[in-house]
Amino acid sequence: MIESITNLFSNFWVSLAGKLLLVATMVPVIGMLLGFAEMKLSAKMQSRVGPYFAGGRWGWAQLIADGVKFFQKEDLIPEDADRPVFKAAPILVMVGTVSLFLVIPFGPGLIFEDLSVGIFYALAISSVGTIGVLMAGWSSANKYSLMGGLRAAGQLIAYELPLVLAVVGSVIMAGTMSMSGIVEAQISAGFPFVLVQFVGFGIFMIAALAELARIPFDMPIAESELVMGYVTEYSGFRFLFFFLAEFANMFTLSAIAATLFLGGYWLPFVAESTLEFTGPLILIGKVFLLTFTMIWFRWTFPRLREDQLQTLAWKLLIPLALANIAVTATLKVVF
Amino acid sequence: MVTDSDLTKHLSEAQVSVELQTEDMTLNIGPQHPSTHGVLRLVARVNGERCFDVRPVIGYMHRGYEKLSEVRTYLQITALINRIDWVSGYANEIPFIVAAEKLMDVEVPERAQYIRLILTEMARVSSHLIFMASYPLELGAATPLFFALRDRERVLDLLEGVTGGRFHPNFNRIGGVKPNAGAGPTTKKTPQDLPAGFLAETRDAMSVVLHTCEEIEDLVGGNEIFRARTKGLGVLPPEVGAAFGVSGPNLRASGVKFDLRKVESYLPYDKFDFDVVVGENGDCWDRWWVRLQEIRESAKIIQQAVDGIPPSGPLQAKVPKLIKVPKGETYVRAENPKGEMGYYMVSDGGTGPYRLKIRSASFSNISMLSWILEGVLVPDIIAIMGSLDFVLGDVDR
Repeated sequence: MIESITNLFSNFWVSLAGKLLLVATMVPVIGMLLGFAEMKLSAKMQSRVGPYFAGGRWGWAQLIADGVKFFQKEDLIPEDADRPVFKAAPILVMVGTVSLFLVIPFGPGLIFEDLSVGIFYALAISSVGTIGVLMAGWSSANKYSLMGGLRAAGQLIAYELPLVLAVVGSVIMAGTMSMSGIVEAQISAGFPFVLVQFVGFGIFMIAALAELARIPFDMPIAESELVMGYVTEYSGFRFLFFFLAEFANMFTLSAIAATLFLGGYWLPFVAESTLEFTGPLILIGKVFLLTFTMIWFRWTFPRLREDQLQTLAWKLLIPLALANIAVTATLKVVF
Repeated sequence: MVTDSDLTKHLSEAQVSVELQTEDMTLNIGPQHPSTHGVLRLVARVNGERCFDVRPVIGYMHRGYEKLSEVRTYLQITALINRIDWVSGYANEIPFIVAAEKLMDVEVPERAQYIRLILTEMARVSSHLIFMASYPLELGAATPLFFALRDRERVLDLLEGVTGGRFHPNFNRIGGVKPNAGAGPTTKKTPQDLPAGFLAETRDAMSVVLHTCEEIEDLVGGNEIFRARTKGLGVLPPEVGAAFGVSGPNLRASGVKFDLRKVESYLPYDKFDFDVVVGENGDCWDRWWVRLQEIRESAKIIQQAVDGIPPSGPLQAKVPKLIKVPKGETYVRAENPKGEMGYYMVSDGGTGPYRLKIRSASFSNISMLSWILEGVLVPDIIAIMGSLDFVLGDVDR
């Protein structure tokens, strides 16, 4: 029986369909879970109750209700909009997010596709979303959207660099770009890389926040300035796509950070033989820790100005990341 | 304000080696926009993120109160003028009522004066707390909103307990304050001017407000990003402010020690010990900081007034049943939360004013918008506009 299932999944198309189905369910589930966490946590931080009525207890069904609501909404496209581009933009953003799930190792062997250039692929594919954002801003035929789109483009270019450079330290230490290879390197080293790569970890998290366009770096959306930035004109399920992509992206970037710096699915003092079952839980636990910090930041900080953000990226983070690489490489050669 | 040399420095940093041919874009901010405090509209020419030639367009909320006042009695007008600056409705009534009393030459009983003073300062606290709530929100921080509004609720509850209205108390009468709540010919209750326990609760509420000030100073003022966004931004030199008729905390933030509570005698402020807080640079940070300190000073005044209020006494001076203000004209101004609020009242001896000119603080305060917003970045438009703390009802009247 088990053998026949394994045989079935060794067929390329069947396994592809299985993986697609899994990701297709994971993205909305994670999006809703994090969205709900954000609602409840922000409520706690602001002495509110948060969602309360939907679903009976704790308002657990709030996000499901919201999702259903978005599907019922009229799908509005502005008259002057560039229709094909306008329609394609949310899909492109979603593709960028979903593709990131491909290389996250949830446990030993539990990975959709263990690419040998895993982290390189992840950083490359995460920029696809930027194009989607720029398309959304341009095609909406709205001046606020346009400004939001341009801000997003400028911001994501500025933060792609520290993001990539911050990763290099871990890659040098592991000696591989494969995501599961990096985790295995941490297992064999016996400590998570964050103990040495704390600078890289900090830069990665800051850059990830900017990449996600969350407060304090939410200038592309900047509710009080640009209304809703590049998503101003979107409604219904197209808006839902942006919404889900943001939260799913939060998950994937945190998962990448957890994998590169916090030991991924591995935890000291947990027997390696049980990792196949405990691994996903450990990884998700770490991811939730990181996403909690992101949510915490969002409800604590005001927003930076665009030029202050660029200054931070080019004058502080990039030199720091380069210095980090130099030091790591030197130490790698010496020891 | 960005000086010319700053501007050229910035531009020279931006121009790398290629001269780009760009075209200005006209950006309409408002009248429906999250941060224009209602229906203010700004027409800005923007070059990228930098704005030139910002023109405020007002009047979307004009309700014609000056004209309406001409066909109403004095009693009816207090209900209208509550709605000029609705976040500190109570404070709007004072200069109007005092103007009418001045023309009628009525002496207001001391206890009524104290009640007026306590409630006016409460209106100031609640108005400034709204600012403490909304300003960080405009800069992107949502949480201070809830902290400030939570404790503003305490103050509004007290206001409601005395006057029956949270926003629009309509509480002042010529010669004193509203006849006792609950005491009338049908109820036959014993007259009670303040609700039982009001004074003790006010003391409590003020200590809560003072604690909130500490919290806000820590959470918002101590935030590095908040400082970076507000310090040195939107500098208003005192002489420019005075030329535009700016008043209130906005002018004091520029270092002008001018407070009508110290200058005029519309309420017995001379009996209390409080400081006039002034800023140093006149930037957004100073405007925020001055308001925060003013909450503290107001709490101080309220605490002193609660201790010093006469335990009993009349609330109403003897005035005729049908109020007719003698012929004459007068101007009474008061230090409202937003700045100088004044009423120029002309009476021809009738039951309502012949002409009522309302000088509202916000109108003068935003008259300098196109001056102060010249050459700033789009995000700074919001930061500067928010720091001026205006209310559209107060602008358009």
